[in-house]
Amino acid sequence: MAILDKHAVLEKNVTLLAIFAFLVVTIGGIVQIAPLFWLENTIEDVEGMRPYTPLELAGRDIYIREGCYVCHSQMIRPMRDEVERYGHYSLAAESKYDHPFQWGSKRTGPDLARVGGRYSDDWHVDHLRDPQSVVPESVMPKYGFLENRILDGEYIEDTLRTHRFVGVPYSDEMIENGQADFKAQIDPDGDTDGLIARYGDKVQIRNFDGQPGISEADALIAYLQMLGTLVDFSTFTPDASR
Amino acid sequence: MSNYIKLVVLGLVALLAMIAANYGRDLAYQVNFITIALAALATFVFVLRRTGEPERRVDETQYMDDVIRAGVIATSGWAVVGFLAGTFIAFQLAFPQLNFEWAEGYLNFGKLRPLHTSAVIFAFGGNALIMTSFYVVQRTSAARLWGGNMAWFVFWGYNLFIVLAATGYILGATQSKEYAEPEWYVDIWLTVVWLAYLAVFMGTLMKRREPHIYVANWFYLSFILTVAMLHVFNNLSIPVSVFGSKSVQVFSGVQDAMTQWWYGHNAVGFFLTAGFLGMMYYFIPKQAERPVFSYKLSIIHFWALIFIYIWAGPHHLHYTALPDWASTLGMVFSIVLWMPSWGGMINGLMTLAGAWDKLRTDPIIRMMVISVGFYGMSTFEGPMMSIRAVNSLSHYTDWTIGHVHSGALGWNGMITFGALYFLVPKLWNKASLYSLSLVSWHFWLATIGIILYAASMWVTGIMEGLMWREVDANGFLVNSFADTVAAKFPMYVVRGLGGVLYLTGGIIMCYNLWMTVRRAPAVQAANQFVPAE
Repeated sequence: MAILDKHAVLEKNVTLLAIFAFLVVTIGGIVQIAPLFWLENTIEDVEGMRPYTPLELAGRDIYIREGCYVCHSQMIRPMRDEVERYGHYSLAAESKYDHPFQWGSKRTGPDLARVGGRYSDDWHVDHLRDPQSVVPESVMPKYGFLENRILDGEYIEDTLRTHRFVGVPYSDEMIENGQADFKAQIDPDGDTDGLIARYGDKVQIRNFDGQPGISEADALIAYLQMLGTLVDFSTFTPDASR
Repeated sequence: MSNYIKLVVLGLVALLAMIAANYGRDLAYQVNFITIALAALATFVFVLRRTGEPERRVDETQYMDDVIRAGVIATSGWAVVGFLAGTFIAFQLAFPQLNFEWAEGYLNFGKLRPLHTSAVIFAFGGNALIMTSFYVVQRTSAARLWGGNMAWFVFWGYNLFIVLAATGYILGATQSKEYAEPEWYVDIWLTVVWLAYLAVFMGTLMKRREPHIYVANWFYLSFILTVAMLHVFNNLSIPVSVFGSKSVQVFSGVQDAMTQWWYGHNAVGFFLTAGFLGMMYYFIPKQAERPVFSYKLSIIHFWALIFIYIWAGPHHLHYTALPDWASTLGMVFSIVLWMPSWGGMINGLMTLAGAWDKLRTDPIIRMMVISVGFYGMSTFEGPMMSIRAVNSLSHYTDWTIGHVHSGALGWNGMITFGALYFLVPKLWNKASLYSLSLVSWHFWLATIGIILYAASMWVTGIMEGLMWREVDANGFLVNSFADTVAAKFPMYVVRGLGGVLYLTGGIIMCYNLWMTVRRAPAVQAANQFVPAE
């Protein structure tokens, strides 16, 4: 093949070799990633999605910090057994406010995309404290220490603001009341009108770990209990080609 | 003069890092910035002691080998750390009591697993790549490394990155993107170090005294360039505060997933494949004392490999909320990728044409050959697992873990061990290794370890995949999730034992290399340029 003789040009010039190699490796990413930002059917149009409440967002940060995503996926595939086991398959819309995404890649433990409402708060407290006490076969580590770490939501408004900067629709009001909403969500007897007005009446408001103060366990359970509960599937029509 | 500028910069860095640590909002951030301050202070003292002293003359006609010797030590040391972490977390999955209560929140599986993957991929693999690329580019260009002490900056800077990342994971600083967990300031630091690495590598190629750029250097160059691109785009994030480790990714949901696996798969494709093929193209011909099998094949498979690999990412997202067109593209390119991968395998194996008898006498060649064999095996398994129907079973299971490890332990590990055994006598001017029979021991321990690992993960992976989808005559699921966890226990123990064997082999290697440096008979230094070596 005579064309291979032409390759000597690249072999003798570092700059050309580098430019060529770089151009060759950019193509795949441009074709596969860029269209996802403008093709309209990439993210379904469904009702019910809202940004995380401040407490849920703090819980999500704990989920990330502890590496829960290492063993738990949040992405139900449309296969019979998965739908049977975990519920409706996951939609792209359901993770559109997830910066970063938490789909996971491995199920050492079960999928958590729709774990919200599946177990009681007490079950979650027991399970975090000693997973084997409720699921004897489990290989999950203990997370009882989360109950002892008390949060005050000091920086939660900064976190909300950063999420708004990257495109999550937090309103000015939501950001200004970030710390207040953070505290309101575990206190059903307190003033919860603002929280409900801002995040909707489906927001779960209660003392999740059953102990005084807002602990990391409160935040994490608040997050787990809302996972997969937002979308109203009666408003969802699947797109035939996507 | 330049020393005074360095001192001012280092002093400022130390001061700013201490201020940052003082205002830090979380423990990971504080510890990381104290580490940075200490590193800057140590460098400050080092530079200060040399300021005003007569400058030491560097012989520009000699290769710069001291930084490579440091790289050999770092590679061997991180190997043991990475294998140890891996073996420990393998047993954590079999015996959850190993998530010790006294270390709750610090040494749980969720914290140690990123530590393990980063230790083997970036600490062990990364140091091996930087070290061998510096060795190969000098020998094949008949030129000293460009940039003076910049190569030392790359070495220390890269290892500082690893320490920052590892302490960050333990203390809770993570972006949760697999193989890209380090937080924003560690990412920025790695970008600086990586650009310096690119400069040293390209600078050396520019001042080469050979007309042609050797094929190994094409692979190293494309690896450095592509990893820079992947790293920057996958880590686009906005810090919540300059005084905290937490950052928020710019992309979300489906776009973030696609970007992550574009990165993640090409961390395999370029970090663990292209870069290590560069090692194969230098060390196998050298150890076998045979030329590369086919020059034309190397051209074709180089361009085909780097073009096609970058498309393969979406096969990590089959049947997810990623649109079908993207996952189909990913599957097609993954299958096509089989061909250039095997092109590389054939070129490596056939280099031994006429020298196959060395397999009997030379355990180092044996190591290199089995590494290429594992490369061939996992680049067949990978395309197969990227087919949607297979992936529907294998995804989320241990099969993926087994696949990764036959590639990482078999291909990356074995070729690196071979390169280390080749390099140590040369770099320390020794006639030979301390013991070839210890190399044989290492070879067999590692090989049996990999087989135990891969076989047990095939069994658990396929078993749990089948158990998850099993339905009875009435259409109900047969197994609860907990049933599948319990069923995997014996295989998890076997996997852990495989890890023990592989780790033992690594420790034997470190002992052998150490004794080579201490005990083996010395020879005259051969550090001068030799054209077309």
